[in-house]
Amino acid sequence: MLSFRLAARFLSSGRTQTLLIISGIAIAIAVQVFIGLLIGSLQRGLVDRTVGNAPQVTIEAELGVGATISQWQTVLDEVRQVDGVTTASPSAAGSAFVAAQDRQTPAQVRGLDLDEAEGIYGLRDAVYEGSVFKETGEVLVGRQMAEALQLEPGDTLRLLVPEQAPTDVTVAGLYDLRVAEINERWVVTGIATAQSVFALGDEITAIEVAVEDVFAADAVAENIGTRLGRADLSIGNWKERNQELLDGLEGQQISSLVIQGAIIASVVIAIASILAISVLQKRREIGILKAMGIKDRDASRIFLYQGFLIGLVGSIAGILLGLGLLYAFTSYLAREGDPLIAYEVDLQFLLLSWFIAVTASTLAGVIPARRSARLSPVEVINEG
Amino acid sequence: MKDNGRILELKGVDKVYTGTVDTQVLFDINLEFEAGSFNSIVGQSGSGKTTLLNIIGTLDRPTRGEVIIAGQTTSNLSKDELAVLRNRSIGFVFQFHYLLPEFTAMENVLIPYLIGHRRPSPEIIARAEELLDLAGIAQVRNNLARRMSGGQQQRVAIVRALINSPNIFLADEPTGNLDSESTVNIYRVFRDINEKLGTTFLIVTHNRVIAEQTDRIVEMKDGRIELDIRR
Ligand SMILES: Nc1ncnc2c1ncn2[C@@H]1O[C@H](COP(=O)(O)OP(=O)(O)O)[C@@H](O)[C@H]1O
Ligand SMILES: [Mg+2]
Repeated sequence: MLSFRLAARFLSSGRTQTLLIISGIAIAIAVQVFIGLLIGSLQRGLVDRTVGNAPQVTIEAELGVGATISQWQTVLDEVRQVDGVTTASPSAAGSAFVAAQDRQTPAQVRGLDLDEAEGIYGLRDAVYEGSVFKETGEVLVGRQMAEALQLEPGDTLRLLVPEQAPTDVTVAGLYDLRVAEINERWVVTGIATAQSVFALGDEITAIEVAVEDVFAADAVAENIGTRLGRADLSIGNWKERNQELLDGLEGQQISSLVIQGAIIASVVIAIASILAISVLQKRREIGILKAMGIKDRDASRIFLYQGFLIGLVGSIAGILLGLGLLYAFTSYLAREGDPLIAYEVDLQFLLLSWFIAVTASTLAGVIPARRSARLSPVEVINEG
Repeated sequence: MKDNGRILELKGVDKVYTGTVDTQVLFDINLEFEAGSFNSIVGQSGSGKTTLLNIIGTLDRPTRGEVIIAGQTTSNLSKDELAVLRNRSIGFVFQFHYLLPEFTAMENVLIPYLIGHRRPSPEIIARAEELLDLAGIAQVRNNLARRMSGGQQQRVAIVRALINSPNIFLADEPTGNLDSESTVNIYRVFRDINEKLGTTFLIVTHNRVIAEQTDRIVEMKDGRIELDIRR
């Protein structure tokens, strides 16, 4: 208690010195927070664009295109039991040509269960004209395909599959999943429609899975494989399909952490050196306090508290400054016409940064605190 | 006078400063002080007065011999136990009367109390005010120590040494910075407290006039006791 008051008074009476060090810490933490939040947002944006509208794990028949999964109901039930799986949705899909208005274009017909697949694609929100399919024979068409074929809800189109009879279906609505390749190729429909287009009977071609933590998709895929124990199924995950992206992200993440670590290290060194000077400046005071009966432990705490207080105030100011910096930066980009970085303030990251900054600042006081504990009052008293 | 129990005892105390050359500055000091007595220590500069006072005050350990305070042999005590003993039983005024410059007079006075307590009680504040008044510095109680004159600082240091009602008051030339009138006043305060509270006083002084008013004069020379005069 007295140690804390002494620490606060030592800081407040050396006002210029204290303000300088706190400003220094604030600027450093601001940069650390800015970099951390920015890189984090960029990475989440990239990952989101890659896996946001796609299953993170896909279970298909080993035989390849058009092959079906035998006993798929059992498989589906098993997959849903695996830890980390949030959604498992059956899907019947295949390649076809779409013919409408005298034009033809290659397409993927994706038959899925709208409710089950909502957790993967978010289709309901993506429909911008018309409505989702409700009955067999109704389909959704993506924005680019609709533009190319001049389709509107209510129009009819014909699906052509080699060695199968053509199927006529009705456009129930238009979607936009914000990925051009999907919008121009996918004709999305119910499982029953797809099964009839490809003459699959009751069979499906894939089970699509969304997981809790997208970065754990490979581990979840492995668990699924172990649980199913079926050599006739292949279990893929988004990570193996996007190794280059992941390598890029990892490199970025490491350099971001190195920069942040270097900043925290410089904060610790700055505080430690300021406190090392302070412990010299306050030798007489510490000596007199010890003569009056303050214990070595409390004499050392004075400096830990000083580190703590500098870190506390400096990091709060730094976090606010960093948020301001990020805001200014993104508004500047927006004004320049660049696509807005969808930055979100990662509260967990902020709290962690704050905790690390305060802990590191407090620890910066350890060496000065030891020196303060070891100081013997006679040393000082004998000095004139 | 008051009870004549021994508050302080030194038995065969030697002090040797070790360094490139060892220098012995105290030689076989044997002294006893009665509780409630008012004593002075005199001697030339370099005769070992400050060293002796630091050893009595448990700030320094003797190379040989024992310091016994209120029946307690201090050589067995840990650093923390010594700190508690100093805080409760000993009041110091150093030759260079260090205050904490970033605190006010009142705050400086209360620090020894706050070492053992969370916050000052109304009683201790009243006591502090009374002592500041007695020392003639009530009007500067809220001034920062660094803004006070040398004499004022010295008086604050004296009040601070008395705030915890110590058994033993140790002062190393406590009136060195004061004019003769203030010196006389301060000694009157010391006497007053000595009589009212039975505090034992040990005062190192150069001032013969002051020394002659104490109950006992211990004179040191070259690390030994040259004279020990009681009245
Ligand atoms: N830390 C030390 N190391 C070596 N010698 C010291 C130390 N402190 C004091 N001395 C010596 O001890 C002797 C007594 O000093 P001191 O107790 O301060 O005398 P006084 O207070 O009577 O002037 C002096 O000769 C001084 O130089
Ligand atoms: Mg001296």
